[in-house]
Amino acid sequence: MDLQIALLLSQDGIVNGSIYALLALALVLVFAVTRVIFIPQGEFVAYGALTLAAFQAGKTPGTLWLLLGAGVLVALIDTVIAVRAGAPGRLKRIALWDLALPAVVAGLVLGLQPATLPLAAQVALALAVVVPLGPMLYRLAYQPLAEASVLVLLIVSVAVHLALVGLGLLFFGAEGSRTTPFSEAQFNLGTLTVNGQTLWVLGASCVLIVALALFFGRTLYGKALRATAINRVGARLMGISTSMAGKLSFTLAAGIGALSGILIAPITTIYYDTGFLVGLKGFVAAIIAGLASYPLAAAGAILVGLLESFSSFWASAFKEVIVFTLIIPVLLWRSLTSHHVEEEE
Amino acid sequence: MMQRLPLIVFIAVLALGPVVLPEFYVTLLNYIGMYSIVAVGLVLLTGVGGLTSFGQAAFVGLGAYATGYLTTAFAVSPWLTLLIGLAVTAVVALILGFLTLRLSGHYLPLGTIAWGISLYFLFGNLEFLGGHTGLTGIPVLEFFGLKLDTGRSFYYLIWLALLGAVFATQNLLDSREGRAIRALKGGGLMAEAMGVDTARTKIVIFLIAALYASVSGWLYAHLQRFVNPTPFGLHIGIEYLFMAVVGGAAHVWGALVGAGVITVLKQWLQDLLPKVFGQSGNFEVIFFGILLILVLQRARDGLWPWLARLVPVKAGQRAVADAAPLPRREMPVVGAVLLEVKNARKQFGGLVANNDMNLTVKAGEVMALIGPNGAGKSTMFNCISGVDPVTSGEIAFLGERIETLASRDIARRGMGRTFQHVRLLPTMSVLENVAIGAHLRGGKGVLPAALHLERAEEARLLAEAKRQLERVGLGEHLFDEAGSLPLGQQRILEIARALAADPCLLLLDEPAAGLRYLEKQALAELLRKLRSEGMGILLVEHDMDFVMGLADRVVVMEFGEKISEGLPEEVQKDPVVLEAYLGGVE
Repeated sequence: MDLQIALLLSQDGIVNGSIYALLALALVLVFAVTRVIFIPQGEFVAYGALTLAAFQAGKTPGTLWLLLGAGVLVALIDTVIAVRAGAPGRLKRIALWDLALPAVVAGLVLGLQPATLPLAAQVALALAVVVPLGPMLYRLAYQPLAEASVLVLLIVSVAVHLALVGLGLLFFGAEGSRTTPFSEAQFNLGTLTVNGQTLWVLGASCVLIVALALFFGRTLYGKALRATAINRVGARLMGISTSMAGKLSFTLAAGIGALSGILIAPITTIYYDTGFLVGLKGFVAAIIAGLASYPLAAAGAILVGLLESFSSFWASAFKEVIVFTLIIPVLLWRSLTSHHVEEEE
Repeated sequence: MMQRLPLIVFIAVLALGPVVLPEFYVTLLNYIGMYSIVAVGLVLLTGVGGLTSFGQAAFVGLGAYATGYLTTAFAVSPWLTLLIGLAVTAVVALILGFLTLRLSGHYLPLGTIAWGISLYFLFGNLEFLGGHTGLTGIPVLEFFGLKLDTGRSFYYLIWLALLGAVFATQNLLDSREGRAIRALKGGGLMAEAMGVDTARTKIVIFLIAALYASVSGWLYAHLQRFVNPTPFGLHIGIEYLFMAVVGGAAHVWGALVGAGVITVLKQWLQDLLPKVFGQSGNFEVIFFGILLILVLQRARDGLWPWLARLVPVKAGQRAVADAAPLPRREMPVVGAVLLEVKNARKQFGGLVANNDMNLTVKAGEVMALIGPNGAGKSTMFNCISGVDPVTSGEIAFLGERIETLASRDIARRGMGRTFQHVRLLPTMSVLENVAIGAHLRGGKGVLPAALHLERAEEARLLAEAKRQLERVGLGEHLFDEAGSLPLGQQRILEIARALAADPCLLLLDEPAAGLRYLEKQALAELLRKLRSEGMGILLVEHDMDFVMGLADRVVVMEFGEKISEGLPEEVQKDPVVLEAYLGGVE
């Protein structure tokens, strides 16, 4: 291996690593706030990318029907609950978020012919279709079990993952897709060629990370999420609704996932089930951070990305084996450094 | 006999299966049988033990590839490769178990996802295992000249293996080790304090589940006679977990129900859905996913409890047979120092909960530790019993330093305790809860338990539990669920559990709380009797009449420190104590 190849691999590793970093941040966020280990994170990556690809191919993505269906289902359940509780005041919000919003998105998608729109508008539309699925998913699958143990929530996550992968296959078929790059520019740095898309990925990741830091540090909702993460009961006593916190964290996770997918779709071909492995690599990073620390998760993600790109050069067939085996020394290290007597939460 | 009737009918129907059923159904039942073996392991691991694994399919793969490779490449006898496969699986499971089982709950399942993927790709990329195309030409099993080369002949082998696994698992759960396993979910800390090595117990059930999976893989390889990586991927590992959860993760027979339902449903959906959707693909996962979410939301105990209600099998209330008493430990001489705490200090971060505590307990005396709420009495208890070790200072028990020992090692040396907030296994019977206390007085391991070769010892353990329950006055509640007792009686149950360990020092944390007057008197009578037998008792209690009437000596704590010590009447007059309890008069 010479320097040029090493630089190229590092570039690849860092680009992928920055995506894993975003996903790892979302995973840590969701776990901290809701105790859900969010395996379906990867499906949002695939849904985001493939929805955009469907727009560009002039098709109506199946995710739109999923959005409408999930909205109607959530509206039905919540309406029944609201009526039984004698709280008709909630109906307005239900109608707005679960029925009107999906309907408007559907109207835009069907009325505007997204293939003809500029890329930024396509991206915005794709996000508008995929991101609301996050809170709806929380409402349907997780909220009824919000007080269950981490393990039950984990099994639910795996079930949700399977259902979403199956739906992904139904919506998008087995063929992979790529999308148009955000930029065709190329820059030469000495011997290294840097693509515009690479810079987009890195830039967007940095912007998102800074935005998240600001959100958590400066805004009331961000602080509410942090409070819920630290002490659910305490946060509730202070008037922070845990289901609001759950939905908000799932919205953020869905947004981060979909955007990650949109960012890498021009670089790698995305299949309906690609998201799972991508998401799991975010997981390896999050586990390195003990599902607790954001900066460690980001650092772990870069490590995973680099390890992946270098092992794909030396032993491409064993790429996945190497990346996922990385988790073992990490777990060993964690098990040697943690000394707590376990008791059920 | 009536209890066994449904089982006998079930086995008879099973035995008739291949004689009357068409080929398709025999094949289906073969698969259900093989999946059930894995699911039974998961019931033990997940449903009972509370440890979740998504990676069982990888262990199935280890068993299948071990025999596939060795029989095709080296013509080793399939019966030998079964053992080799089990050995390989055991080594891998032990390594993975040691890595992940010491960590808190969710690392194990995440670890299993990672190794599920790793092993899958490894199977698919190793040249000598045939890569993604796999290995073909795996030999037919021969059993004393009988060739098992058809699905019908193989059927009996599969179902024998399954029934073996079911009975071994049921036997194991109904034993001393089984109680330790059942205590893992929700009672780990208590079990440790009763002498159970919970880390070892976790590894044991993890190993058993992996070995069952390996056997299933061996069967699979010789039934199919070829192996490739597909059936050992993560998604199949997830499916195994589904089977256990849908069937009823805490019930051994639920594994069969789950495996049956999922396998048949999958078959049916795989035929139906591609026609409905007009394209081919694994669409059944959509339904499985939604089904599982609904099961977890609506009926978390799965299908088995619901089915069991339809077949009226009453779990007969077993009588506890009389058995020879267990050997007792030699009691120290009355007046000998049992426990000596010197300069003990306990810090939680910046908070000093115990500072410079000194106290002794002698054999044949009741030492009371009193003080206002938050004085650090229960913290002191946890330090002494090793549940939460001291930050600094010395604690000696029977002349031996114990402050760095684990709580189970301290229990082994003869210290018994109860908890301020009762720690029982609410769905287990009163008798079994107390039998956990006698854990260290038995020694038979997992294998004798699985074969029920330890019935003599088990009878003695249960008889001991019964004796202690009768002694504390709970003799009428042996077979009630522990959680159904009122709180006061649950505290008494904890005393019986501590006594079942045959301790020479008893630590009681607020035993009289929640008791009525007569019950308190009976308790005081019991403690006096224990004292007269030479037992040392360290008592934390808020009921001053109870304490002052019983204690030989009293230590008073406030803000983590000892403020007074002496005879009950001296302490009652001590102005420092009066100030602590009633506030100072300036």
